Amino acid sequence: MKLWKSWAIARKDFATFRTKRYIIYALVVPPLLMSIGLPTLIWLGFGSAPIPASQVPAAISALNHGLDSFSFLFVIIAGVLPISIGAYSIVGEKLEKTLEPLLATPTTDGEILLGKVIAAFLPSVIATYAGAVIFMALMNAATSTKLGYVYFPNWTIAAILLITVPLISILSTEFNVIISARVSDIRAAQQFGALITLPLGALFVATEVAFVSLTPASVAIVSAIILVIDVLLFFLSRATFRREEILTKWK
Amino acid sequence: MIETDNLTKTYGNVTAVEDLTLRVDEGEVFGFLGPNGAGKTTTVRVLTCLISKTSGEASIADYEVGNSADCQNIRKLIGLVPDNVGLYEDLSAYRNLDFYGRLYECPEAQRRERIEYFLKMLELWDVRDRAVRTFSRGMKQKLAIVRALIHDPQVLFLDEPTANLDPQFQKTVRDFILELKHEKRTIFLNTHNLDEAQRICDRIGILNTQLVAEGTPGQLMTSLEGRKTEVQLQQVTPAVTRALERLGLRYVVANGNTVVIDVNDPETENPGIAEAIVAAGGRVQFVTEKRASLEEVYLKLVREER
Repeated sequence: MKLWKSWAIARKDFATFRTKRYIIYALVVPPLLMSIGLPTLIWLGFGSAPIPASQVPAAISALNHGLDSFSFLFVIIAGVLPISIGAYSIVGEKLEKTLEPLLATPTTDGEILLGKVIAAFLPSVIATYAGAVIFMALMNAATSTKLGYVYFPNWTIAAILLITVPLISILSTEFNVIISARVSDIRAAQQFGALITLPLGALFVATEVAFVSLTPASVAIVSAIILVIDVLLFFLSRATFRREEILTKWK
Repeated sequence: MIETDNLTKTYGNVTAVEDLTLRVDEGEVFGFLGPNGAGKTTTVRVLTCLISKTSGEASIADYEVGNSADCQNIRKLIGLVPDNVGLYEDLSAYRNLDFYGRLYECPEAQRRERIEYFLKMLELWDVRDRAVRTFSRGMKQKLAIVRALIHDPQVLFLDEPTANLDPQFQKTVRDFILELKHEKRTIFLNTHNLDEAQRICDRIGILNTQLVAEGTPGQLMTSLEGRKTEVQLQQVTPAVTRALERLGLRYVVANGNTVVIDVNDPETENPGIAEAIVAAGGRVQFVTEKRASLEEVYLKLVREER
């Protein structure tokens, strides 16, 4: 596999995405809403009114739990952001009639798919990280006086951002690229691709009901499982990529 | 260079191409004619390794079509202009070509040189940084041809390269194909344009799921009604017709002043015919070869197949 060919495909896609407003919005709006909206909620809930001394320990405990839960939301964001790009990847080429000349080049299925994965993965992770940085800064501003210390960054969010977010982004990207190679319009690809958020939502609920505690160790275990799925999905995407079917059966 | 032997492609119960056997030599321009749905695009897709064949054999430069390792080599050897140009509309002309140059593994210096050479040749250099979506259809078609040439391929597959272009752009594209012909590239040209096929192609195949005829444009045009000599006289007199009968020729008189004569070998028979007419007192104005047009041949063959 010639990685530079995948990189060429990814660079071409980056240039294309820059001209597609809906992709830009899909990348920027969710992390921005979360990174500004959640600190605002916390500030409105805890920021103004003084907390009676007897309730301070419980309030701080609730705040700690809430902040950890919010941290996990970046995993969901990392799963959501590649949906638009990943859905566009193959079906977009087909709809714009660019797939035939692309497939006529001496480029393997693996090189094309890896290029598509990179093209969806990098902007999604960068947008997630940018959102996380804003989130941490605003959340610290909203909570540090109540807590008496700066909450972010900590080991849990570090593990989430540095390990889980990239892995879940790859998983979502691969899943969406597979979907994109199987359906014939972008909207259907996005709808099927959004299914990826269901297990992530379930995981979030599990952390909320304390079925799974959010610690660096549990994050590492979840990440290891996602890594295995990532590898399997890449091979699955290659195995299910049918050039002929895409060219002849899609209208 | 390109060979097929009983090549067949079916989609479920539908046969798109059946038992296609043909050979295109190096440096030849081969025109592929046929009505919509005749299997022309399917043939190109099979030969360019985009889709699989159902049965039969095909090869390009001795690489076997259908063998995955050989297909990678075939893709390096060929350039494809599909019926839809398939350019990245949001990217510039230069960016489109540079992208494909990379995928075709052209070294950077060669890539830049060839992009500049072709864009200047086709008068697109000044608009190289404009998004392709701002281009006219003709400009896009030219750009698609350049894209197919960016890696200097030996074999070029052109699927309807002048379809939907105005006459001026058609001529530009046709002239460019003739340039490529002079460079001794093998060109496989799918077209509906019979005039274009007649002007450009060394040989023509007429496909209607099966190959119904194949030959040079001249061979195809004489295949319909044989060869004929048309002699225009001041007046066709009984003496002239008697002279032709004495030579044992089959002829018809048209418009009162023209005889159309069936001949086997006009190069040797025409001087004798002219002499006999003159000896019979006929005053010859024009002697020309009369052929069926390629359009007549095409329509007859395609209708017969139906």
